[in-house]
Amino acid sequence: MAIGKKLWIIILIKLFILFFILRLFFFPDFLKSKFSNDKDRGDYVREQLIRRK
Amino acid sequence: MILNIDPGIVDWSRAQFALTAIYHWLFVPLTLGLSFLVAIMETIYVKTGNPEWKRITKFWMTLFGINFAIGIATGIILEFEFGTNWSNYSWFVGDIFGAPLAIEGIMAFFLESTFIAVMFFGWNKVSKKFHLASSWLTAIGANLSALWILVANAWMQYPVGMKFNPETARMEMQNFWDVLFSPVAVHKFLHTISSGYVTAAIFILGISAWFLLKKRENGIALKSILVAAIFGLITSLFLAFTGDGSGYTVAQTQPMKLAAMEGLYKGQNANGLVLFGIPQPGKKAGDGKNNFILKVEIPGLLSLMGYRNVDAFVPGIEDILYGGYKPEFLNVPHVEKEKALPVSEKITRGKIAITAFGNFKNAKKAGDEVAATKADSAMKANFAYFGYGYLQSPEEAVPNVALTFYSFRIMVAFGFYFILFFIIVLYFYSKNKLQDKRWLQYVMLWTIPVVYLAGQAGWIVAEVGRQPWVIQDLLPTRAAVSMIETTSVQITFWLFAVLFTALLIAELMIMTRQIKLGPKDGGTK
Repeated sequence: MAIGKKLWIIILIKLFILFFILRLFFFPDFLKSKFSNDKDRGDYVREQLIRRK
Repeated sequence: MILNIDPGIVDWSRAQFALTAIYHWLFVPLTLGLSFLVAIMETIYVKTGNPEWKRITKFWMTLFGINFAIGIATGIILEFEFGTNWSNYSWFVGDIFGAPLAIEGIMAFFLESTFIAVMFFGWNKVSKKFHLASSWLTAIGANLSALWILVANAWMQYPVGMKFNPETARMEMQNFWDVLFSPVAVHKFLHTISSGYVTAAIFILGISAWFLLKKRENGIALKSILVAAIFGLITSLFLAFTGDGSGYTVAQTQPMKLAAMEGLYKGQNANGLVLFGIPQPGKKAGDGKNNFILKVEIPGLLSLMGYRNVDAFVPGIEDILYGGYKPEFLNVPHVEKEKALPVSEKITRGKIAITAFGNFKNAKKAGDEVAATKADSAMKANFAYFGYGYLQSPEEAVPNVALTFYSFRIMVAFGFYFILFFIIVLYFYSKNKLQDKRWLQYVMLWTIPVVYLAGQAGWIVAEVGRQPWVIQDLLPTRAAVSMIETTSVQITFWLFAVLFTALLIAELMIMTRQIKLGPKDGGTK
C-alpha cells in the first residue's frame, strides 16, 4: 500500500475514534451537558469555587 | 458547607493531562523543526536546480508527512479534557484561554492545511516557486499554531492583561497585547520552538548517520548532515540563549518553581547554581535536614541568572513559605513590596477573597448595593491571593522538588551536550572524516532518543514545577477540577494510553519502513 494511502487511513480512523467515540461517549462538555445557559453554568462554578475553599 | 474533593479525581485528571501532553509533545517538535529544514532544503534545490536536492527534500518531506499525519489532532484531546475534567478552570478563564486557541485553530486551518496540501500533492502541478512558498508557509503556519498554544500556557504561568468579573465568575481580557507579549509568553514560545528545531536537526543527523552506517546513500546523507548540523548548531545556541531568558522569567514570576528547580530551601545573597547534586530524599521544608547529600555549585550564578545581579538574594522554599524577605519580582502585590508574606497569611487572604466573592453575589441578589461594593472591594484587595484560599496547608504550595530538580538538570545538561554534538559533527564533516567515524555515527543515531528525553524533561520542569497551580496563585488543581467520577477518568486514561501507544507504534513502524526504503522511494506518492 502506498504511504499516502496508509496515512490517510490512519488519519481517518484516528479522527473517527477521537470525535465519534471519545468525544461523544467519554468527553461530554461537563457544564454544557448539565446546564442549558451561561447563567446557570456561572452560578454552578461560583458555588463550586466558594464551597471548595 | 465546604465541599471535600476526592484527591483521586485531581490526581487522575492530572495524570491524564500529563499523559496526553507527553504523547502530543512526541509529535510536535519534529513537525516544528522538520518543516523549516525541508523548506531550507527545497530552497537549495530551487536555487541550484540540482535534482539530488529534490530527492533529499522529498525524502525528508515524506518523514515529515508521516509524523504530521500521525500526530495531527492529538492535541485536540487536551481541549476535550478541559471541558470534561477541568470545567471550573475552563469557565474561570473565560475568553483569555479561548481567544488564543481560536486564533490557533484558524491559523492551523488556513495556513497549515492549505499549504501542506500543495506541499505534498503539488510537485509538478504548481510552479517551483509556488511550491517552495507553500513549504515555507507550512513551516510558518505550524510555528504560529505553536505560538498561540504557548501564549495560552504562558498566561496560566503568569496571568496578566485580564480582570476578574465576580458577576460572571470569569476572567475578562483587558489587554490582548499584555497577554501576547508577556515576558513569559515570549520566552516560552522562543525556547519551545527552538527545542523543536534542535529535535528535527538531531533527527536528520541520526537518520543520515544510519545511512552512513549501512553504507547507503552517502551523498544524500552527507548533504543532509551539513544542512541539519548548521541549523542545529545555530538553533541549539539560540536554545541556550532562550533558556537563560526563560530561567530569568521563572525567577521573576514563579520563585517557588525556581527554588524547586534548584532544590533550594534556604535562600541567600550571591546564591550559587547547582551544577550537579543529589537532593536529600524525604526532605521537607522546615525539618532542619540538609537539602543535599552532595552538590557541586557555581557561586553566585543563580543570583546572576535569576536577577541579573551576582549579589541578589534568591528566596528558597522556606523563605517563600515563611515570608519575611524583600521580594524583587515582577508585579509584586503592593502589600509585599517591602516584605514577602508567609503562605499562611496568603491562605488567610485567599479565603477572605473567596468569601467576599460569595458575599458579592448574595448582596447583588438581595439588591444591597452597599454590601456588594464592600464585598467587591474586599475581593479586589485580596484577589492576588485568591487561589491560596484553597490550600489546606502552606506546604501544599511546594511542588515535587526532586522531580523538578532532576528534570531541570537533564534538560540543561543535554542542551549543552547538543551544542557540543553539533560542533563535533561539523568538525569531522569539515575534515571529510565523518564517513569513517563509526563511533560518531552511532552517537548521532542514539542522540535521537536523547533529544526527546530532554524535551520531555523541559515540560516536566515547566508543568510539575508550577504545581499546585493551574493558574499561578489564582487557581490550584483542586479548585479547577470537575466533580466527576474518578472511575470515568481512570477509564479514559487507559483508553488514551492504548490509543496513543498504538499511534506511536504506527509512527515508528511506518517511519522505520520508509527510512529503510530510502530516498529512492521517498517521493510523495
